[in-house]
Amino acid sequence: MAGAAVRGLFERLGAAVTARVWRLGFASRFLVYLFLHSGTALQRFGLTIREIYFAGVLSLVIILVSGLFVGMVLGLQGYHTLQRYGSSEALGILVALSLVRELGPVVAGLLFASRAGSAITAEIGLMKATEQIAAMEMMAVDPIARVVAPRFWGGVISMPILAALFSAMGIYGGYLVGVKLIGVDEGAFWSQMQAAVDVREDVLNGVIKSFVFGIAVSWIAVFEGYDAPPTAEGVSGATTRTVVTSSLAILALDFMLTALMFTGGNGL
Amino acid sequence: MNRTTLDLWVGIFVAAGFGALLFLALKVGNLAAFSTAQTYKVDAKFANIGGLKVRAPIKSAGVVVGRVTEIRFDNETFEAVVTMNLDADYKFPRDTSAKILTSGLLGEQYIGLEAGGDRKTLNDGDTMRLTQSAVVLEDLISQFLYSKAAEGGSEAKAPSRERKP
Amino acid sequence: MTLDATSLVSVENVWYGYDPARPVLRDVSLQVPRGKVVGIMGQSGCGKTTLLRMIGAAMTPSRGRLEVLGVDTRSLGRDGLYAMRRKLGMLFQFGALFTDMTVYDNVAFPLREHTDLPEVMVRDLVLLKLEAVGLRGAAQLMPSELSGGMARRVALARAIALDPQLMLYDEPFTGLDPISFGVISRLVRSLNDALGATSIIVTHDVQETLGVVDYVYFMSDGQVVSQGTPEEVGVSVEPFVDQFVHGKADGPVPFHYPGTRFEADLGVGAR
Repeated sequence: MAGAAVRGLFERLGAAVTARVWRLGFASRFLVYLFLHSGTALQRFGLTIREIYFAGVLSLVIILVSGLFVGMVLGLQGYHTLQRYGSSEALGILVALSLVRELGPVVAGLLFASRAGSAITAEIGLMKATEQIAAMEMMAVDPIARVVAPRFWGGVISMPILAALFSAMGIYGGYLVGVKLIGVDEGAFWSQMQAAVDVREDVLNGVIKSFVFGIAVSWIAVFEGYDAPPTAEGVSGATTRTVVTSSLAILALDFMLTALMFTGGNGL
Repeated sequence: MNRTTLDLWVGIFVAAGFGALLFLALKVGNLAAFSTAQTYKVDAKFANIGGLKVRAPIKSAGVVVGRVTEIRFDNETFEAVVTMNLDADYKFPRDTSAKILTSGLLGEQYIGLEAGGDRKTLNDGDTMRLTQSAVVLEDLISQFLYSKAAEGGSEAKAPSRERKP
Repeated sequence: MTLDATSLVSVENVWYGYDPARPVLRDVSLQVPRGKVVGIMGQSGCGKTTLLRMIGAAMTPSRGRLEVLGVDTRSLGRDGLYAMRRKLGMLFQFGALFTDMTVYDNVAFPLREHTDLPEVMVRDLVLLKLEAVGLRGAAQLMPSELSGGMARRVALARAIALDPQLMLYDEPFTGLDPISFGVISRLVRSLNDALGATSIIVTHDVQETLGVVDYVYFMSDGQVVSQGTPEEVGVSVEPFVDQFVHGKADGPVPFHYPGTRFEADLGVGAR
């Protein structure tokens, strides 16, 4: 009896793992196919511009407002901690490094996943549910080239821009609170920041991070949409999965990228 | 949505993104400071570099004059070789000495240059002769303890006595 | 009907199953002659939509042979498949218009994707097709502003944009009011004759469809059970056709879903 129960447990575990791996393989094949058929999206760039508008421009407000507030909170909290050690001038460093290295790409990525990623999934899923994808297929137009690829590239292009705007806005928010409100010396704020933030090590690595997150979120969003069961529940489930999976992917990728990028030191 | 308005908005969006990147690179980062300036390379050997890192600043009289570009280990002399990029605007005498210093008690380590009196200046590829290694806190503490112990002399059963309540 | 050179679609002994244990199509054979309107009728779930998708090469038969416009769909690669589909037009059950485009852009879509025509010519063609379905005035509306019947007429204009040789209709009459119904069925017939095309209509709306088609096949449970011209069908005494055409509740297709005896379920029948 116990043997059978254990056996059943392992069988279920095996089935779950197999299903995940199968799905991952399917998603990878989807991505390869998507890359191979991206010609249309890049040649007729108007299609991609449209998607940059929906993924990027329409996310601007939430990104800018959140960035400002995150920066302001960083300024306030950072000041209270730093002034205990008498180094409140280092506030600029704290605000800039946390935003450029981590918070900018990660928070912008999370917001992007829930604002634009879910919209992409829902849109593709609904097009599938209302047979628009099938209709396109019957009109001899490849829906992956015509519908999926422009959305994917629109997301990939928008994400680094949004992250950079988030960081810039956040630093401005930190400046507002730190310098204008609390009265940290303005010169020290900027000069300490400039001495500590390295363009290649910090700013460029932040951009690379946001680019990787953009690929991950856009990939998950278009795949979930295209793979959604063509029903109302199917689409809503896929939308939820997009947000959950992308958020987890962003946090996990962030850990890996941080480990790769910022622990180099003197080579040992 | 009209096609041209769409293009306009996306254009503004992309331009704003580049503006933000420029802001991050120039105002927040230090791209303007050292990337375009002419530099020359100078080596220095240290017995111990402590926690010195690549890209640490090099200061003379408190002014940043360059950055550490490479740190490697010399297999023959068993010393650390630190390569520095110095700004071409600043010329130093050949007998300039290099010290590894710490900013504040626990801050980042940097290299301090102290100019000598030689007429000739350091050129690209030269090696500084006079160096002073990093102060390692553990060594400092043990030195302090040794000297205390030596001072104590014969009546120095102090450590074991202190252990008793 | 036997296989002949004038068949535009020929289906021979085709089997298909999403799940091999429960085939959806079982040994189906039928011919669609050039220039005719052919109906495929049957209950929901009898496999007729699957058959239509197969003719559109959305899937290939597990067994048997299927030729569309003279080519075996199984031999086609991606490019060959897309080349063949350019000669097909399909009207989906609810139109499947692209909801993010205007009526005009929907009809222009196949033209813009497949031809390099200058925009003025696209415009002329689009207005011509919209005029054919009587909706030229609605060109700038969005699909959400259309009624069900209008949406289907727009979809029809879109399907004929590239002057297809073969038109496929998937339940074109479902959920339409009698007026729209009449409009669509008249359009199916007139467009077929005007374009010199061939049409296949999959439907379960019997009486109205019989007025449009030249020939009709009846399907039940994945098999072709009967066929004939509308006149033959009207007077058929074949039990399934009789039940289907006249909408009788009980017949070869039983009213009751198979189960244990009612008395047994109530616990009184045994004695």
